[in-house]
Amino acid sequence: MDYKNTLTTCTYCGCGCNFFLESLDGRLTGTIPCKTGPVNEGKLCIKGWNAHEFVQSDERLKKPLLRKDGELVEVSWDEALDFTATRLKEIQKTNGPDAIGFCASAKVTNEENYIMQKFARAGVGTNSVDHCARL
Amino acid sequence: MAGLAASFGSGAMTNSLVDLEGSDTIFIIGSNTATSHPLVATRILRARENGAKILVADPRKNQIADLSHLYVRHRPGTDVALLNGMMKVILDERLEDTDFIKKKTEAYDAFKNLIEKVDLDAVSKICGVSVEDIKTLALTYAREGSSAIVYCMGITQHTNGVSNVKSLANLAMLTGNLGKPGTGVNPLRGQNNVQGACDMGSLPDVYTGYQSVTLGAANKKFADAWGVPELPTKVGLTIPELMSGIEKDEVKALWVMGENPVVSDPDANHVIKALEKIDLLIVQDIFLSATAKLADVVLPGVSFAEKDGTFVNTERRVMRVRKAIEPVGESHQDWKIIQDISNLFGYQMNYDSPEAIFKEIAELTPSYAGITYERLEGQGIQWPCPSLAHPGTPILHTDGNFARGKGMFHAIDYKPPAEVIDEEYPFWMTTGRVYAHYHTGTMTRRSKSLNFEVSQGFIEINPADAKTFDVKDGHRIKINSRRGEIETRVKITKRVEKGVVFMPFHFEEMNVNKLTNPAYDPIAKIPELKVCAVKLEKV
Ligand code: SF4
Repeated sequence: MDYKNTLTTCTYCGCGCNFFLESLDGRLTGTIPCKTGPVNEGKLCIKGWNAHEFVQSDERLKKPLLRKDGELVEVSWDEALDFTATRLKEIQKTNGPDAIGFCASAKVTNEENYIMQKFARAGVGTNSVDHCARL
Repeated sequence: MAGLAASFGSGAMTNSLVDLEGSDTIFIIGSNTATSHPLVATRILRARENGAKILVADPRKNQIADLSHLYVRHRPGTDVALLNGMMKVILDERLEDTDFIKKKTEAYDAFKNLIEKVDLDAVSKICGVSVEDIKTLALTYAREGSSAIVYCMGITQHTNGVSNVKSLANLAMLTGNLGKPGTGVNPLRGQNNVQGACDMGSLPDVYTGYQSVTLGAANKKFADAWGVPELPTKVGLTIPELMSGIEKDEVKALWVMGENPVVSDPDANHVIKALEKIDLLIVQDIFLSATAKLADVVLPGVSFAEKDGTFVNTERRVMRVRKAIEPVGESHQDWKIIQDISNLFGYQMNYDSPEAIFKEIAELTPSYAGITYERLEGQGIQWPCPSLAHPGTPILHTDGNFARGKGMFHAIDYKPPAEVIDEEYPFWMTTGRVYAHYHTGTMTRRSKSLNFEVSQGFIEINPADAKTFDVKDGHRIKINSRRGEIETRVKITKRVEKGVVFMPFHFEEMNVNKLTNPAYDPIAKIPELKVCAVKLEKV
């Protein structure tokens, strides 16, 4: 049996509570509030207490999907990545870099936001990158 | 953000959460704190136990209002009028902090001229708040000791959101409630990493740390670091502008990462139309969201539990996210997906970990220069943190040193919301959250415990209105706006005033954003999600 506790930061709201994600043999089983978390000091709200629940939901996407004949079908990563890069390149060539827009996210990490805006600006050549925080 | 940046030169929470406990007065406006930010609410309650006075202004009576010393229910969209009224009282009573104003601010005269002309009786009519309550609000906020302002989307999600925020900044400057413990203007961020997404340059006009894309120096610095001859200097499109760009055939491809604009955007029908029309829609997400269903290609990323990285909380604190389990199925790390596509596209990236990406961020971002993963162990660090020896910054603008030099007053007149009620659409509709759910519900609604708490959408209406329409709790009712129609269940409550209805926006199948108004604030480009005019019909 492999029981682990991993200290991390809540994914739900901007308070930034710290908790340990409990896992048993690779499956999440619960959260334990962190006593030394500067914001929560050992407390969590109902969302934090249940922050592990959605992660291993049956509805998680497990493979890339590509639209073929109007339907989204499972494909390999190679096919999905190739398709995406090729189509982006075609559109950039034909319609210019500003024909491509990026919607980054207030739900993913800093590193992921950074690398997306870097690709938009340095790779594609557009500043059209925004996130839903305005919303 | 735009409003605070114009006033202070920096668009983040000025103080820290723990700091609120030491406030003598806390003024909460447009924030359903107990629901949206429960652990901020804890701090506020502690302040209350310590003897602080709690003031709440909100069109809907939220839980925190029950615990306040004074609650006022101003009409939706009348925040500026209410704040101007309060500032008029402060001037009349000579409670302004002349020393602070003189030494640390500018443009005061124009602002003062405008406020002096404010007529309290007129304000009272506009807001639906008695002159006496406006006076008590003002006198309590401006009294001796430290006063903090806390606000959230109720302030920013309006066509005049930037004006609302500037008015709050005016109020804090007028009374010298800045740069000291227990004071400040404190926006609570809606989603967990809004602050981080902004800090990282996920905005059409800035790189990381709010370095402008139109400034030659920043532009050159980033072009050099990223190994390209030049970078675009034209400000890019915001999400609402991208949607109109699609309709005008100018935007052909959209890459959406971890967002669900079909549910979260105002005027959902319009967004769906745009996304159906676009040539290439790339969606990177962990679930097949309503937006992903429209995609040409769906790339499965991972949840917070499967990744390493950092988030920034609402008080500018950079904190670690750590990987607890392996990615589900064949999902890939989100940074890796972008790097792989970039390499295939022809722009080379060779990071081997999120930490390598973070190092580059720190090198290019002065306010993050002193932050490393190693230093984030423990409590995290609040930016600005300009060097490895710097401890981070719990309170901004100490001693009146604003990021823009002096604090800037803005003379702001009240303007009614973009859409007002009329005979055909006689109800004010406002939107918001419920405690168990989060944003568009893609995560919380797949959590058994959370869905059990609140599993269906609903509309809150006042008992008097329920009587008029002859509906009871649980009855179905049709709601129409100029943009669409939805049906939902009735929940009768005094939390909303007569003539006002409220709906949470987490529920895709009764999507309130089919009704809301996409008219957006001309500067911040935040849509008018909070107020629109509707009519009701029993079914
Ligand atoms: S535990 Fe609750 S209050 Fe804390 S960050 Fe998560 S959602 Fe916010």
